[in-house]
Amino acid sequence: MTEAAAIGVAGQQRLLRNGLIVVAFALGAWAWAGGLLPSIVARWDDIAYLAPQHMQLVAISGGLAVVIGVPLGVLLTRRGIRRYGDIVLQGLNIGATIPTLAVLALSMSLLGIGNRPAIFGLFVATILPIVANTLAGIRAVPSHLIEAATGMGMSTRQMLWQVELPNAMFVIYAGIRTALAINVGTVPLAFLIGGGGLGELIFRGIALNEFGMMLAGAIPTAMLAILVDFIMGQMQFWTIPRGVNPLR
Amino acid sequence: MVAHAGVIEENVSILMETLDYILANWPLIVSRTGEHVSIVGVAVGLAILTGVPIGIAITQNKRAADAVLYVASIVITIPSIALFGMMIPVLSLIGQGIGYLPAVIAVLLYSQLPIIRNTYTAITNIDPALREAARGMGLTRLQRLSEVELPLAVPVIMAGVRIAVVMNIGVTAIAAYIGAGGLGAFISRGISQTDPRQLITGALAVSALAVVADVVLQGLQRLLTSPGTR
Amino acid sequence: MIRLERVSKLFPGSTAPAVDQVSMEVPEGVICILLGPSGCGKTTTLKMVNRLIEPTSGAIYIEGKSTADFDPVKLRRTLGYVIQQIGLFPNKTIEDNICIVPDVLGWDRAKSRKRAAELLELVALDPAIFLKRYPKQLSGGQQQRIGVLRGIAADPPVLLMDEPFGAIDPINREIIQDEFLKMQATLKKTIMFVSHDIDEAVKMGDRIAIFREGRLVQYDTPDNILAHPADRFVSDFVGSDRTLKRLQLLKVPDAMERDPPGVTADDKLERAVALMEEAGHAAVVMVGPHGRPRGYVDLKTARGAKGKVGENHESLPTTIKLSENLRTAVSTMFRHDVMWLACVDDDGRFVGYVTLRGITHLLAEAYGHD
Repeated sequence: MTEAAAIGVAGQQRLLRNGLIVVAFALGAWAWAGGLLPSIVARWDDIAYLAPQHMQLVAISGGLAVVIGVPLGVLLTRRGIRRYGDIVLQGLNIGATIPTLAVLALSMSLLGIGNRPAIFGLFVATILPIVANTLAGIRAVPSHLIEAATGMGMSTRQMLWQVELPNAMFVIYAGIRTALAINVGTVPLAFLIGGGGLGELIFRGIALNEFGMMLAGAIPTAMLAILVDFIMGQMQFWTIPRGVNPLR
Repeated sequence: MVAHAGVIEENVSILMETLDYILANWPLIVSRTGEHVSIVGVAVGLAILTGVPIGIAITQNKRAADAVLYVASIVITIPSIALFGMMIPVLSLIGQGIGYLPAVIAVLLYSQLPIIRNTYTAITNIDPALREAARGMGLTRLQRLSEVELPLAVPVIMAGVRIAVVMNIGVTAIAAYIGAGGLGAFISRGISQTDPRQLITGALAVSALAVVADVVLQGLQRLLTSPGTR
Repeated sequence: MIRLERVSKLFPGSTAPAVDQVSMEVPEGVICILLGPSGCGKTTTLKMVNRLIEPTSGAIYIEGKSTADFDPVKLRRTLGYVIQQIGLFPNKTIEDNICIVPDVLGWDRAKSRKRAAELLELVALDPAIFLKRYPKQLSGGQQQRIGVLRGIAADPPVLLMDEPFGAIDPINREIIQDEFLKMQATLKKTIMFVSHDIDEAVKMGDRIAIFREGRLVQYDTPDNILAHPADRFVSDFVGSDRTLKRLQLLKVPDAMERDPPGVTADDKLERAVALMEEAGHAAVVMVGPHGRPRGYVDLKTARGAKGKVGENHESLPTTIKLSENLRTAVSTMFRHDVMWLACVDDDGRFVGYVTLRGITHLLAEAYGHD
């Protein structure tokens, strides 16, 4: 559950380094003050085992969401299907209001427990912002560009790849970034329906009243979330060509 | 998703049982909804009281604005269960490690970004000509805010409140795991007791609450928007 | 009424002052146009009067009191302020927009609402329709009028206007300018009005202050500025057709020959010729029984001819009213290929005539030995 924060680049870069250092420092200092650092370190094996699982869930469900979501969004802008675009958008908006825990719960009642329903539930929760942003991004491409392209004699396929997608890329990226942030934040819940990941440490820690265990799960989860957002932000900055990138 | 006849039959019977469950336990559903709404309502209400003034204050200084928005966006990146978890040791010191208070505080923190950011964006995007006319006419800063800037900013701020409420209905569902009650309890019990009826009841109830809240707040947003700016 | 004493403004980080030692005085009830090219300091000067910009040095006095002695916010409430982009508050009705300063000053609500309705009638907008509307429902020209009304709602003695009519199309602009002049004739406010358009300045201004690079270059009546520009810059700015521009400042009576000779239909042609030779004119107007012009007799064709005027006259191509300005008169003469026109009053009676030569001489008077 995150939103892509659109702040100026200068602010972003200046504060990013400082921000991350401060956050890591604060978390560490606090854990230490709670006398909990030793118990976290003791769990390092668990963390080392669960963290990759965690990222795997993110990668698979997120990857699926991108691979299916972006083309789906593009499809909804094609001539003929375009008029359904608004209805679908409305449906997506309603879908987006459904809390992620509920999505996972429903996924479990349909598919049982384990990694499969977890991935499916995460996929469903994550795909909505991607489709919505892809749809919006392509629609937002200035019509005079399309007009110029058509006038030049470009085919629809050429227009898609050379005009529409490049111009929509920034917004699409923002959608992917939002989606992945939601994804990373929701993965801890996967534990509840039998999936893996750092959620295990968090929930068991709360249930057993062991703060050390809980923090051993919570802190890496938080850091992973920040890290993923940071990486996506950098990708957005560097891989989108300068001409269509408002941040450059 | 491939389903055969047997699975469909099975799912239909689960749905019927769930329906029975809902009818039988209606009072419980209502009371948990009350708990849920209370957490979100109180927390978002407080968030408006803190977020809007902060949003207004940072319009004066770009550096402050960047800093505040960045911190708020980092907060929101922290997964809710992790935030709950991290608050437990702190709040345990006053005996409130689990339950209502950490849930409210978490929701309060999560609501800051949408509300602050929307307030800030709405006010900075006001047509400069309006600001100049207001200033030139002799309206004080407070009068400019109350007569012109805030009324124009209301729709965007309300949109931020809406986002905060809907998002936090989901966060509050997770708060059931730290004893805060609410509709999430159906989901958590449903999972631990392997009871699909409670599970589905919880999922549907939370979803319904979120959708209803979104619609109601949209209506409120429209009511609070001056007809001159619709 | 408004007096600027060596007012200057130097913005931090600039080497040259935006406004440099400007001194001028705007008498009560006068419209003073601050005129000049972009960046000449006219808007900055205006904004120093209501302290939206604070002067670096110098003093500004309104009705004898220094503006620096007042709290800026309270000062602005006593001055009307109208800007180019109008800035009507979209979230308020027209009524609330007009009454914003009275409301802030704490006027009785019923009184201010009534005044808003009266003001709307002044600009020919029906209060029943427009009071409750919102700015977005009005056209640009209508919004601009409301902007002006908002400036005078609290009845300030002074009005500050920054290119208020700049954003309107030329046709509507003329109409609004005329309306404004009519309003000013009743209200007699002291007005400082920034413009970059010489034609607007000539039309609207009782005085024009020409600015260049922060300095006040010439401050005089429009006619004097047109007739005697202070330097090359001013003469370039007002345009090489500045003498023609002066025409619109003069009205028909200014150039008219009064007590003109006239003949009736029954007069003999010989009498007409005699009158013309006596006065040294090449034509004489024939009037009807009520004194209205009916035609004219041309000296060349009448000389040596016999008969009555009634059967031997030419018809007048047109006439010109006393209320018209000389630019219209000259334009009419060109249109009809004539060198003179018969002037009539509101009842249509013949009261005199204007000639191209008479107008030329009148304009030349200002030039002395130029």
